[in-house]
Amino acid sequence: MLGYILKRLLYAVPVTLAVSIICFSLVQLAPGDPLTVVLPADASQEIVDQTRARYGLDKPLPTQYLLWLGNVLQGDLGTSIASGRSVASEIGHAIGYTLSVAVLACLLALVVGLALGLVAGYAMGSPVDKLASATAISGVSVPHYWLGIVLVVFFSVKLGWFPAMGAGRSGQSLGDALSFMILPVLTMAAMPAGIITRSVRALVAEKLGQEFVTALRAKGMTSPQIFAHVVKNAAPTALAVIGVQMGYLMAGSILVETVFAWPGTGLLLNNAILTRDIPLLQGTILVLALIFVALNLIVDILQPLFDPRIQRA
Amino acid sequence: MTDQSLPSHAAPALSASSLNKTFTVRGNGLGKPARHVHAVSDFSFDLPTGSTLGIVGESGCGKSTTARLLMHLVEPDSGQIRLSGEPVGTAKRDLKQFRRKVQMVFQDSSASLNPRLTIEQSITFAPMVHGVSAKEARETAWRLLDRVGLDPARFAGRYPHELSGGQRQRVNIARALALNPKVVIFDEAVSALDKSVEAQVLNLLNELKAEFGLSYIFISHDLNVVRYISDHVLVMYLGQVVEQGPVEQIYAAPRHPYTRALLASMPSADPDQRTMAAPISGDPPSPIDLPPGCRFAPRCAFAEGICNTMPYELRHGDARVRCHISDPQSGHSKAEAAQ
Amino acid sequence: MTVSEITLPTTQPTRSQGYWSNVWHKLLRDRVSVACMIVLALIILSAIFAPLLTSYDPAVGSVVQRLKPPFTEGYILGTDELGRDMLTRLLYGGRMSLIMGILPVLLALVIGGTLGTVAGFVGGWTNTIIMRATDVVFAFPSILLAVAIAGALGSGLLNALIALTVVLIPPMVRVTESATTQVRSLDFVEAARASGAGGLTIIRVHILGNILAPVVVYATSLLSVAIIMSAGLSFIGLGAKPPTPEWGLMLNTLRSAIYSQPLIAALPGVFIFAVSLSFNLLSDGLRSAMDMS
Repeated sequence: MLGYILKRLLYAVPVTLAVSIICFSLVQLAPGDPLTVVLPADASQEIVDQTRARYGLDKPLPTQYLLWLGNVLQGDLGTSIASGRSVASEIGHAIGYTLSVAVLACLLALVVGLALGLVAGYAMGSPVDKLASATAISGVSVPHYWLGIVLVVFFSVKLGWFPAMGAGRSGQSLGDALSFMILPVLTMAAMPAGIITRSVRALVAEKLGQEFVTALRAKGMTSPQIFAHVVKNAAPTALAVIGVQMGYLMAGSILVETVFAWPGTGLLLNNAILTRDIPLLQGTILVLALIFVALNLIVDILQPLFDPRIQRA
Repeated sequence: MTDQSLPSHAAPALSASSLNKTFTVRGNGLGKPARHVHAVSDFSFDLPTGSTLGIVGESGCGKSTTARLLMHLVEPDSGQIRLSGEPVGTAKRDLKQFRRKVQMVFQDSSASLNPRLTIEQSITFAPMVHGVSAKEARETAWRLLDRVGLDPARFAGRYPHELSGGQRQRVNIARALALNPKVVIFDEAVSALDKSVEAQVLNLLNELKAEFGLSYIFISHDLNVVRYISDHVLVMYLGQVVEQGPVEQIYAAPRHPYTRALLASMPSADPDQRTMAAPISGDPPSPIDLPPGCRFAPRCAFAEGICNTMPYELRHGDARVRCHISDPQSGHSKAEAAQ
Repeated sequence: MTVSEITLPTTQPTRSQGYWSNVWHKLLRDRVSVACMIVLALIILSAIFAPLLTSYDPAVGSVVQRLKPPFTEGYILGTDELGRDMLTRLLYGGRMSLIMGILPVLLALVIGGTLGTVAGFVGGWTNTIIMRATDVVFAFPSILLAVAIAGALGSGLLNALIALTVVLIPPMVRVTESATTQVRSLDFVEAARASGAGGLTIIRVHILGNILAPVVVYATSLLSVAIIMSAGLSFIGLGAKPPTPEWGLMLNTLRSAIYSQPLIAALPGVFIFAVSLSFNLLSDGLRSAMDMS
């Protein structure tokens, strides 16, 4: 087991490095001199020289990369052009918002997906199954930024139940804070809930069709016991899906956060794009990608614990 | 005992000398070392023109690797293959020419036909690769289908899954013949067929051999089938030839303990033919960790000190039995008795 | 015994139904798939023949006619925030949205499919290099990488196209690679090699036909993803630019109308959803239609 974990960790090293190289090259990808890309247009000569020295912009690319990587490892992701603040502090401020919505959305998706998937898998072919499956594929196919707009139209504009935008002000009650989260969470939960429903449904159908379930029935095991058995088998799959989806949600939040003006990393990215704030874009992408890599790693390491059938090779 | 059945005047249709093939299982770089699988070692034979050489052995003894080596689908580490006395070059052009002459029929009749191609397309593929016109290839395909007992008008346009296993194997035979080869290698080609179908296909093979002037290499684990179709038999154990000779001689008077054990385990219709010799027990050792001496020693009823320490090397021109017992000078206590 | 002479008949022999016509017939028996194909055909055809279906100019509006509700005289689906006919803009918008959704998938199919087939067929180091490079791209969630590339390159349709293609190539490589690896080890490929055929001939005749089914199923489901992503890029200002009609961009610019004309504000998304859902369902339908022995 320890060897397996060690192997996964080792494998994550080159992947992480490759991710950092891609993020580093985003600046090179941007049209124009890297210096003008990472500095505001009205930067003084002094700042220009300073920046060039700090990033080694007159040195060859590999050196530049190592300098950049060294800075990143010390927590220095550069300076936002638009705000003038450090990119790290901008992200630090925003990431909590993204994380809280993503976690809530995942929990919701897990509950809904497991329930729908179990019901559908148990009642394969029935109208209930058809309804659950239709809901699931709709959740997978829906453009979530549009779903957000539709939810706002219904719950904010028509019914006036929840606020349409923003995160409220600081010092508000927990209830108020949550009311701002409800619509973004619902929006973000749609896709993972659909995916979990589909995989759990397939899994339940497979389990129920397996010989040992027949054997359990023959042994006189009652349905609740079989149900417990099926859930025990479906849970690891659902957890693995949700772990990976969590990363997708945080990264994909750019669209949803734009809809709701939710002050997380997605809105940060959106602002970076609108103002062509490349350092902010680069830093945010790097952080979100690293979170994604880390979540995948955690899923890989945890999965065999829940599901010993998965080979540790 | 001399082997008179090998004609010395004409070059054999296909021959191999000292073929070796070792597969390397890569280590994982974390303390697990690379391992070597000795698939085929010191493998030699001659296939006289117009004859059939049977290769028998348990599964995993290297029969299929041998077939792939002979087809040049796998390159040997050392050793040489000769076609009508000519060494086979490894250049692309030489190989392409070689492949016109040596064809193969696989065990799995279903997997060896492309499911997306019609029967006709499967048969015409090879000739067209070699520059035969589509029309001519089609004529060949129809003629061969008819010859292997499938009505071309009914079968040419069909897909493999619409045919039975026996019909598919007839198609595979037709495909192998489409290039007008000299040698055809059958790798367990009738093993998956029903007994009655098997008999029909075997008869067909005998007819085709005479008709098209073919020589066969027939690989099978089924000793009855090999006895029926072969002129010569070659017994393999763990990648080595342990005994070879004319079919009557091998079946009537097997000399290697493994051959004897193998024949003893053979189901026979005649109760008087059933021998009392001990059948082999256990599984063959792994081809990765070979015994230091004779490879059969761990399972051999006659094994003694020398067998466990020293492998018996075949010397050129001897009786082609890889066993210390066969050699009066070996020092084996039973050696004399065997002579 | 002699080989009897066979004369080729002039008429075609009994030719069985090929695999693809079989799939097609099965697909036609699936009501959901047929409905999806009809929806897609209608949307695609109406986008192509938009000028014949409407007399309005998608870029020209009238200030006095801003945000008219649906079923207003002269404007069946109402007007947008600049007084342009919604139906016209939705029809024309389909052109850009469909192209931006379908083209990257086709490009990824060709590029990723080639790389995957080569990796699967050649194996060894070639495989290792191609697949490890693919793994790196998989370390990014697709939408994030698309945003990163398009964001760095700057907004514009071409940049969005590049970003989407880059993001879609790796999954295509994986699917073709695993399909090719499976097919490559089958005996008929070995038999083809044994008959002296070269690598390219074997790929053309024996590999492609056998990997096409899973690849097509996958590409169809990717179309659904690509439509959502490309409209999404335009939604955050990384794709089409005003006044180009494009569904994602329309969703964005109409957000100002969410209180006054919520129905119109949500309308472009209905089309994105319909296309995406249809492709997804069609992919499911294809999968079960191809699942035969």
